[in-house]
Amino acid sequence: MPDAVSTRKHQEHFFAALDDTPLAAVDTVDEEAAPASLWADAWRSLRRRPLFWISAALILLVVTVAAFPSLFTSVEPRFCELRNSLGEPSAGHPFGFDRQGCDIYARTVYGARASVAVGVLTTLAVVLIGAVVGAIAGFYGGWFDSVLSRITDIFFAIPLVLAAIVVMQMFRDNKTITTVVLVLGVFGWPQIARITRGAVMSVKNADFITAAKALGASRVMTLIRHVMPNAAAPIIVTATVSLGIFIVAEATLSFLGIGLPPQITSWGADIAKAQVSLRSQPSILFYPAGALALTVLSFIMMGDAVRDALDPKARKR
Amino acid sequence: MAWYVGRRLLQMVPVFLGATLLIYAMVFALPGDPIQALGGDRGLNEAVAAQLRAEYNLDKPFFVQYLLYLKGILTLDFGTTFSGREVIDVMGEVFPVTFQLSIMALTFEAVLGITVGLIAGLRKGKLFDATALLVSLVVIAVPIFVIGFVLQFVVGVKLQWLPVTVGGDVTFRTLLMPAIVLGAVSFAYVLRLTRTSVAENLTADFVRTATAKGLSRSRVVNVHVLRNSLIPVVTYLGADLGALMAGAIVTEGIFNIPGVGNTLYRAIQQGQAPTVVSLVTVLVVVYIVANLFVDMLYALLDPRIRYA
Repeated sequence: MPDAVSTRKHQEHFFAALDDTPLAAVDTVDEEAAPASLWADAWRSLRRRPLFWISAALILLVVTVAAFPSLFTSVEPRFCELRNSLGEPSAGHPFGFDRQGCDIYARTVYGARASVAVGVLTTLAVVLIGAVVGAIAGFYGGWFDSVLSRITDIFFAIPLVLAAIVVMQMFRDNKTITTVVLVLGVFGWPQIARITRGAVMSVKNADFITAAKALGASRVMTLIRHVMPNAAAPIIVTATVSLGIFIVAEATLSFLGIGLPPQITSWGADIAKAQVSLRSQPSILFYPAGALALTVLSFIMMGDAVRDALDPKARKR
Repeated sequence: MAWYVGRRLLQMVPVFLGATLLIYAMVFALPGDPIQALGGDRGLNEAVAAQLRAEYNLDKPFFVQYLLYLKGILTLDFGTTFSGREVIDVMGEVFPVTFQLSIMALTFEAVLGITVGLIAGLRKGKLFDATALLVSLVVIAVPIFVIGFVLQFVVGVKLQWLPVTVGGDVTFRTLLMPAIVLGAVSFAYVLRLTRTSVAENLTADFVRTATAKGLSRSRVVNVHVLRNSLIPVVTYLGADLGALMAGAIVTEGIFNIPGVGNTLYRAIQQGQAPTVVSLVTVLVVVYIVANLFVDMLYALLDPRIRYA
């Protein structure tokens, strides 16, 4: 191509600085360095987010309060004296008293356990059912997928709170944390199932899955060892956000009088009771509602932070 | 397109059958004998009870009951409540109320959610965006009944701008506050969805092309960004109509609205199986049809989607 060369003669020439790294060094793989996996990248990005630390601290606080309520108050939440009814805050009783004369601070502290237990256990149940159904439907496809997807559609078509109200009537005389978890779990899993199915389907045709198959890994092992870890990100994010949503659902059921029984101190029931005292003393509503909102908020913020960290597109900006 | 609609309609059949069977089974499993409960403390005469059982098909096996019920639905015969009213009459009374409430809530959340979400998405990372996100998080985290109480107390009792409860007087004015409460949580989701979608589409290649060929900012935003960003939002809104109608139980309770939720809640507590199943069935059908409608809307919004 002599012509092409001659036309370039009049142009200026720029040279990059000479890189004198020997070829051997360029090709060497640093085996000491940790591989930059999705999770390692996500953690590096999470560490720099104040939102992550705030929500992590709040979650830690709520879980500690739920596990050891007696560390935070020495007042018995079910010890109520009518002479204290609607009492103002005093020494040892920082939030005052409700209509029954119970200490609001103690009830708010002890109420954490029911909400956190319902939220965590329901999320575990939902992830267990949803991930198994979604993974089988997405990975095996075909006939399995058609049947499982239609079953998912059926449960998805019945709104959660509606189903919960109908079923909780069955347990009218036997309302415990377990029954609430059971009811919310049985009707809460379709969302996770759909997300798992989508994630599994997008992973299962990747080259490394073909490689695993070629190396002779069985179908089940391929699904458990190779597909699921790579499909886990959206499931974890959805589960974290759902945890907050389930806490709200439990409070809604308790508010309707068909959630947890009065023997179990819970924020939902306390909020429902506060309705009648709202005009005389708004603080009765404020503390349990505030505690509930803060707990739910911390889980949703955590889900948001993890989602942003796991999404390379969002991380760039 | 017609083929696609037909296939989707066929897919609805198993979902409809499964959902009604599930609800019927759950209501069937409810404890207590509703016929005995009708008689109160004294109890019913055996012969009368037997006759009532036969009349409501309660003496037949579960599956026969379900099939008879299904036959009724298909011929639009929803049976009678235990107090002797036609269930379809009750539905004709309560569904319009809940429907109006849900449509008002949907309008509220769509208009406000998309507007605020669009502005927040266009100004990602700025003060407006941060404030909108914080507000949406708080609205999601606070249970709907707390929002209801507080609004009812502040706007209704303290400021007296709007009526405190609805009662028998169902008008736009009385339903305004309940609709805002009902749509509050979804408003937050619509806002977040629009914001994420807009922010993502702003960096898309087709938006750069549109800007590069000299279109005005407003045309780029309104036609190219907004139209593409609305796709996930419309999906959410469509699915939400059914969820709103079902979720109205709490809102209708707080504001004493004579709608589906209130009727349903009372029917469940009285173990009135035919009423419960009928109301829930219609809710499920609304939900399924709304989802189908959303899928059809896709083609209008997104030229890339064509149903072969």
